[in-house]
Amino acid sequence: MHNSKLVKFLRGCFHLVIKGNAAYYAWMGFLLLLIIIGVGAYVRQMQYGLITTNMRDSVSWAFYIGNFTFLVGVAAAAVVLVIPAYIYHWKPIKEIVILGELLAISSIIMCLLFVTVDIGRPERVWHMLPFIGKLHFPSSLLAWDFIVLNLYLVLNVVIVAYILYKSFSNEEHNKKFIIPLVFFAIPMAVSIHTVTAFLYNGLSARPFWNSAILAPKFLCSAFCSGPAILLILLQILRKTSNLEIKDEGIWKIAELMAYAAFINLFLFGAEVFKEYYSGTHHLLYHQYMFWGIGEHKAIVPFAWLSLFCNITAFLLFMIPATRKNFYTLNIGCLLIYSGVYIEKGMTLIIPGFTPDTLGEIYEYTPSLNEVLIAAGIFSVGFLVYTLMVKIAIPIIMGKFHVDQPVVSSRTHV
Amino acid sequence: MEQNHSQTDSGQCPVSRRHFLKGAAGVISALALGACDAKKLEELMQKHFHEMSKEELARAIARLESEYAEKYKTAIKVDATGPMEHTLFGYALDLSRCIGCRRCVYACVKENNLPREPQIHWIRVLELDKEKGVDLAHANSYYDAETVPREGHFYMPVACQHCKHPPCVKSCPVSATWKEPDGIVVIDSNWCIGCRCCMAACPYGARHFNWADPQIPPNEINTNTHYLGNRPRYKGIVEKCSYCIQRTRQGLYPACVEICPVGARKFGNLLDPESEIRYAMETKRVFILKEELNTQPSFFYFYSL
Amino acid sequence: MRLSFSRELLISIANKESACCRIFSMNRQDQVITLIVILLVITFTCLSFFLFPNIGNTAEEKTIILPKLHKAAEENIAVPPPPFSEDIFPCSDCHGGRATNPQRRKLDEPHDNIVFEHDAQHRWCLDCHNATDRDKLHLANGTLVDFKESYILCGQCHGDKLRDWKVGVHGKRMGSWNGKKTYLLCVHCHNPHSPRFKPLQPLPPPVHLNKPKILSH
Repeated sequence: MHNSKLVKFLRGCFHLVIKGNAAYYAWMGFLLLLIIIGVGAYVRQMQYGLITTNMRDSVSWAFYIGNFTFLVGVAAAAVVLVIPAYIYHWKPIKEIVILGELLAISSIIMCLLFVTVDIGRPERVWHMLPFIGKLHFPSSLLAWDFIVLNLYLVLNVVIVAYILYKSFSNEEHNKKFIIPLVFFAIPMAVSIHTVTAFLYNGLSARPFWNSAILAPKFLCSAFCSGPAILLILLQILRKTSNLEIKDEGIWKIAELMAYAAFINLFLFGAEVFKEYYSGTHHLLYHQYMFWGIGEHKAIVPFAWLSLFCNITAFLLFMIPATRKNFYTLNIGCLLIYSGVYIEKGMTLIIPGFTPDTLGEIYEYTPSLNEVLIAAGIFSVGFLVYTLMVKIAIPIIMGKFHVDQPVVSSRTHV
Repeated sequence: MEQNHSQTDSGQCPVSRRHFLKGAAGVISALALGACDAKKLEELMQKHFHEMSKEELARAIARLESEYAEKYKTAIKVDATGPMEHTLFGYALDLSRCIGCRRCVYACVKENNLPREPQIHWIRVLELDKEKGVDLAHANSYYDAETVPREGHFYMPVACQHCKHPPCVKSCPVSATWKEPDGIVVIDSNWCIGCRCCMAACPYGARHFNWADPQIPPNEINTNTHYLGNRPRYKGIVEKCSYCIQRTRQGLYPACVEICPVGARKFGNLLDPESEIRYAMETKRVFILKEELNTQPSFFYFYSL
Repeated sequence: MRLSFSRELLISIANKESACCRIFSMNRQDQVITLIVILLVITFTCLSFFLFPNIGNTAEEKTIILPKLHKAAEENIAVPPPPFSEDIFPCSDCHGGRATNPQRRKLDEPHDNIVFEHDAQHRWCLDCHNATDRDKLHLANGTLVDFKESYILCGQCHGDKLRDWKVGVHGKRMGSWNGKKTYLLCVHCHNPHSPRFKPLQPLPPPVHLNKPKILSH
């Protein structure tokens, strides 16, 4: 009997994801196209090696790892929603938490994909499996990251699947099961981003990252960028589905983002003060980031653009009038998203490597192949998210449950 | 091939869960690979250097040798000589003597089968201003001149410093790199996954990545190789100086020492109080690069003048 | 007294208990926040414990004190013959029986190629070359020295270099770091008449880290 319910569920899911309106098919088609292009680019990279990227010995991590870092932040930011929803029983957010957790799941999937495309021998990745391979734990931070990210992925999948399946079955959640998991997910969310920060932070060879402020800064910027994506997604969902998402909930998230953006800027200021006032040799990296060194100025526009975005977005979120106006709110979201994306994707990693440990300056900007692969991975993430949302929303809205396993195709996403 | 594996395993000890898991991983990968041939599969499933039994290591070496013979059309010997007792290798370089002629760079390229394309140099010779001293922010490794030394400059070759506390070893997520008892920091080229954590961690730019398939003209190959050193390497993995492990473990000086026209390079056993390296350390003005990082290199720079 | 002490203890424990109760009777939000803080503290403690610098470092501290190795004996050191120009040695082939001319002058063939830049103000040929036994060098005290041992002559002035050379720090050693080696003589690297080490043409610089052109495979 239980089995048949599962079969019903799976069949229902299948129906849900294959049916949709023209916009849905167009969106999926677009994503699939990008994925195919991305796969093509990856095949090329596998064939020739990472020489198809613009990374070199001098700048040995770059765009992929930057994206990875950014997405770990997005995934961690689900915690912002989990805390108030589960703990304060705060109505406006609770119903949309599940969407945040789905975002976390798809982000972690993207993270793992970005790491996979970044490594030179992906077929040897089994070397990292504990007991089977030779995971260098606890010494290696990447080993930590590998463990925490996978745990976090599993945890979120379990939480989301449990809640959705229970809702589908018209059953009450077992609080004794789900609450401890949610509680565990909170430090996990903090730790995935902390461990990722430590991955850079622990490298004494790279003074740009070797600062205690890095992990807190990571968390703050994550609490800006993660919710920014979510705010946009929530508004899209509100328009395209019947899901009721209250303005109040959106504004509350925006308010939390304002705090995070402030702390992020403050920490940034503290870092800039320390570097410029003490003026040691380590200033070189900030110098490269903001002013360039000699004729090497490739990263300078990115650094200023990111700073501009972060400050403007902070102002937009801080002032109640602009926070509560959806037009300016969305501009703020876009700005903070781009600000943090540029910061994590470009101006965190690259100045860390430029100049390199022997003083050489190699000006990195991503190659076309890198961009295509990254676009492909983002498409996978969006695809996974779209599919999961397509299933989750009818369940949340009570339109897809055990007594009504096939939803009429008029419910669109 | 999987059967053979479990036979040798069970011959030594009862099949443990670990072995079972390994077997399972093997089967899964085999399925994933589909149409791959046995040799490729064996390569893929090769164990970590430390976990191979003597027979397994011999097999792996035989496979590598046949692989190399096919690729380079000449017999290449892969040796796996272990460290000598009471030996801790150290290196000292006389900055008062080095003239920056780059003979060492190319001797190293030849001895260690370094990829000619895309080019990898394990030794990087930095040209520094006498006025500024050892200030890496003003280092130039691309200098070209009719003759060296150039007026007002001095030269500092940098390669792996074989640290006592190697940050690269600490950062490797799969233990593919480690410090041998004789002090050499080595890489298992068949275990490295190419994540490049070690490159980010190394303060000396000593680690190099094979961004593409390494090209070496077959007629220039050094056929005398070591498993943990100069055997031909692969696309997508990291490589570095191994103190010419294939030479030094046989009692020979590294290739860079042999070639240096000014005799600036000194190599020996730090535990031998009568070695030239100990003499240099005890009587000369010595410094180590980036001392503040507490990596404790076994590579010392000194001034004889 | 003992009794009253234990009573006090009991009271204090009871007080503490009530304090605990107060914690637990906090409102739910505060409880939860406390719990989160505790969880975070635990997580970070675990993290920082494991990240302690040298845990898992494969480099082991080694304290091996070596028995004194045999002195790298003289017989273990080979020195190649001195680098004479072609057909120039033995000197006595030409100089044998010829009178010596100690005057500073422009040298004729076959010595016209000698550029003399070795403290030229104070030195001339016979300060080192022996006037009577032409195939030998001589020290300041008149002791004759074979060309194969010219380092003894050099060491008269350059004692510090000689000392460094003997232990292998000055000059070049080849061969085996723990066995038979080859030393070079001073004159292998330093022309005795013009001893400053001559500049060399450097081998080519590394290829610039440039961005890949479309691959030519």
